[in-house]
Amino acid sequence: MDRPPSPNRWRRYSDWDDRPLRLDKFAREDAANGFAAFKSPADPGAGIKISRGSIASMDGVLAHEFDMIDSFIADHHLDLDVAEEAMAMSSDTLARMLVDMNVPRADLVRLARGLTPAKLADVVSRLNALELAFAYSKMRPRKTPGNQAHVTNAKDDPLQLAADAAVAVGLGFDELETTMRVSRNAWSNALACVVGSVVGRWGALFQCSSEEAEELRIGMAGFTSYAETVSVYGTEKSFTDGDDTPWSKAFLVAAYASRGIKARCTSGAGAELLMGFHQSQSLLYLEARCLCLQRGMGVQGTQNGGIDGAPLTATIPGGMREMMAENLLAVWLDLECASGNDARATESEIRVGAKIMPYLIAGSDFICSGFGSIPAYDNSFNASLFNAEELEDYLVLQRDFEADGGLTPLPETTAMELRTKAVEALSAVLEELNLAHPTAEMKASVIAASGSRETTTFSASECARISEAIETRDLTVIDVIKALSKRGFGAEAQNLLNLVKLRVSGDYLQTSAIVRDGRVISAINDPNDYAGPGTGYRLSEARRDEIINIRDTLGQPEVLRDQARHKKAEAKRIVYLDAGAAERGEDTAEVVIGVSPAFGLQLYQTTGGRNLSEVLKCLINGIECTGGTARVVRMHHTADTSFLGLSAAQLSGSGIGIGLQAKGTAIIHSRDRLPHNNLELFSNAPITTLDHYRALGCNAARYALDQEVEPILVPTQGEALGARYHAQVALIHAIETGLVDPDRPPENLTPKFLGDGEEVKR
Amino acid sequence: MKIHSQADYPISETHEGSIAGPRGVMLNKITLDAVSAGEIEIEDLRISREALLAQADIARAAGRNTLALNFERGAELIDVPQDIIMQTYELLRPGRANTQSELLAQAKLLRDEFGAANIADFIERAAEIYRQRGLLNE
Repeated sequence: MDRPPSPNRWRRYSDWDDRPLRLDKFAREDAANGFAAFKSPADPGAGIKISRGSIASMDGVLAHEFDMIDSFIADHHLDLDVAEEAMAMSSDTLARMLVDMNVPRADLVRLARGLTPAKLADVVSRLNALELAFAYSKMRPRKTPGNQAHVTNAKDDPLQLAADAAVAVGLGFDELETTMRVSRNAWSNALACVVGSVVGRWGALFQCSSEEAEELRIGMAGFTSYAETVSVYGTEKSFTDGDDTPWSKAFLVAAYASRGIKARCTSGAGAELLMGFHQSQSLLYLEARCLCLQRGMGVQGTQNGGIDGAPLTATIPGGMREMMAENLLAVWLDLECASGNDARATESEIRVGAKIMPYLIAGSDFICSGFGSIPAYDNSFNASLFNAEELEDYLVLQRDFEADGGLTPLPETTAMELRTKAVEALSAVLEELNLAHPTAEMKASVIAASGSRETTTFSASECARISEAIETRDLTVIDVIKALSKRGFGAEAQNLLNLVKLRVSGDYLQTSAIVRDGRVISAINDPNDYAGPGTGYRLSEARRDEIINIRDTLGQPEVLRDQARHKKAEAKRIVYLDAGAAERGEDTAEVVIGVSPAFGLQLYQTTGGRNLSEVLKCLINGIECTGGTARVVRMHHTADTSFLGLSAAQLSGSGIGIGLQAKGTAIIHSRDRLPHNNLELFSNAPITTLDHYRALGCNAARYALDQEVEPILVPTQGEALGARYHAQVALIHAIETGLVDPDRPPENLTPKFLGDGEEVKR
Repeated sequence: MKIHSQADYPISETHEGSIAGPRGVMLNKITLDAVSAGEIEIEDLRISREALLAQADIARAAGRNTLALNFERGAELIDVPQDIIMQTYELLRPGRANTQSELLAQAKLLRDEFGAANIADFIERAAEIYRQRGLLNE
């Protein structure tokens, strides 16, 4: 680079400065100030004293000194029938049981009811990252893994929300979550997302994250089916600072149940630290308190693993491991877990990939508690760990590891159909309910748009008017179903009705419930039964087929089709005339070019996109310009570069030969050398240019004429050439080796160049 | 009343003909035709006390006692109007109640008017803790 060197600095550090990683900041461990992941001197020792059927002390605090969190945990979480037995077990024993596939999940869940926060934290802190992931996989409540999407946009545009919700459902997300840039748009966001979510299939649960009272009202109008904004905290001051208590939150959770709305709490490392009320205690201990509280409240599940505190937690040593540990605590306490992987904790794509891997392999009730199904700039929760930009990376990770991350590749045509149908369905509802009249131009722009920067749609004030009208006119999901049905969207109307009927039975209120293929599955009827290899969740053949079916895959038909495209053009440039059996030459200036079996017969272009006629012409040109004579020989007995080169050298009057495969790999060889000890090799065919081939010809002639030779270097930028080309190369090479006949001797070829011979493209 | 077990789950499948919303409309009568004909109201798409208590039984049978207790508290709130729900929630937030007796009065209202005994006990316990921890706005 053109950076001026600074004195006394190794410039590698400047290179490192330029990496996205360096945008991340890293905090030193400092327990006094709350920067400790697993352990702090201020964490209490684990213990319990039970006297006359009630708790006399817990984790070193006497009952009359309990803060409100201690009191709630003592009242509602700790099961006195189990507590003494469980607390008497050593942390090491419990830690080993967590990773022992022979210890059933149910046994561990029973013991957790008697464990205090300090004990729970102490046990999981003894597991390394691999053990945490394994234990998580064994302990998560529902067998089938799932995922949750964020569906939002920067304009709160209902048309786009409907289109994006339909796409998210098409991709397989089990839950969709929206929120607003402008809070009064909550009602239009909710209506738009729920309509989009029933296009194509039904069953995705939907929530609209807004102010508590409003969220409950939106739920009661039938637009949403779950809520997860019931935040809890691990210190009393954080709780009251958040304007709640364990009792107010527990009341809210019961209120959601009374309305048939699924609820989960939110907690996670770093929240208390961000709020400034951490009591100098470790992230894990505070989260253990949150989770005991949640089990005590009787909420079915949690969203934890950093959440909003994830970026802060990731700055602390062991922060990523801590997030795994707290997710494990949640499932050990038998809570549904939407396991974070939500707020983008890093600018480094490597750290993003590393963060997701344990969850992808272990599975989770919801791997992400908000995968950005929309571009990062449209994510109104702020960017997620994964956003629309990286969605295909995630699909490929599923395929790489044959791991079910909850998503399914979506064909382009299906995506367009879903978007079109969703926008049309929502437009019909808006018109029918006299809320708005979207124009054809608006609809067309939204359907095609990747994100809101590309849309021509409602203005901010129009969105607000739609939302206010839904609210003030007391519209409900019944009105929406009627509108859909009346306007010919019968399938969508039926899907939406099926979704809201879920609340009558309340089946989806049970732990870890989702809807798959029109059926509620939860920890009740799809319990995780992991007990070693061959048990627990396994990919079915059908599911594996879905996961591996990403777009633009390569097979031999694609390679042959691609090569065949060039056949006609090559026929206009070159004719290969057979010139009989190849004998050893007498000319001491001769360089023999040995081409591979399929060269110009089934293959016509190198992987670098060079026409074989032009490659051959450049080589001959280079040889002849330097004073050598060129002879072309087709080899039938080998397709290997080294042996092509060596065989050519053995036929050559000078003893120097060039081996050339159709894919473009070229070699200079000498007859007296061992097969793999060549003179020069162009191994990176994709980046080898015609100038390089000409120079290779020159050098071969110089070797033949015994002149000084400067080897040719093909510069590389460090591209992952293997990743880009190896599948294609292997398929091409199979075509070459398919034509190999070990008994057939080499034959002379006379290439006849047609047309304007000097027009060699570079 | 029958105690439900895990075998009853999902009750939308096993009891489709006997699960009804609060107005008594059976789940299997909630059809698109009925909606289009104006026979279904949003009230029919709410959970009934019976259904939530059945879910509590199922949760308890699966070893989730705290979840069952939550469903039982929820069942007591089904007939409680939204404004009283929100008023109670608001009163339980820190510093909202000035005195312990305000919370106790709310508990009494829920117990006497709506038969919400568990909820009332729950609020009474909160009142005790709030006093101890200085969460009342006295």
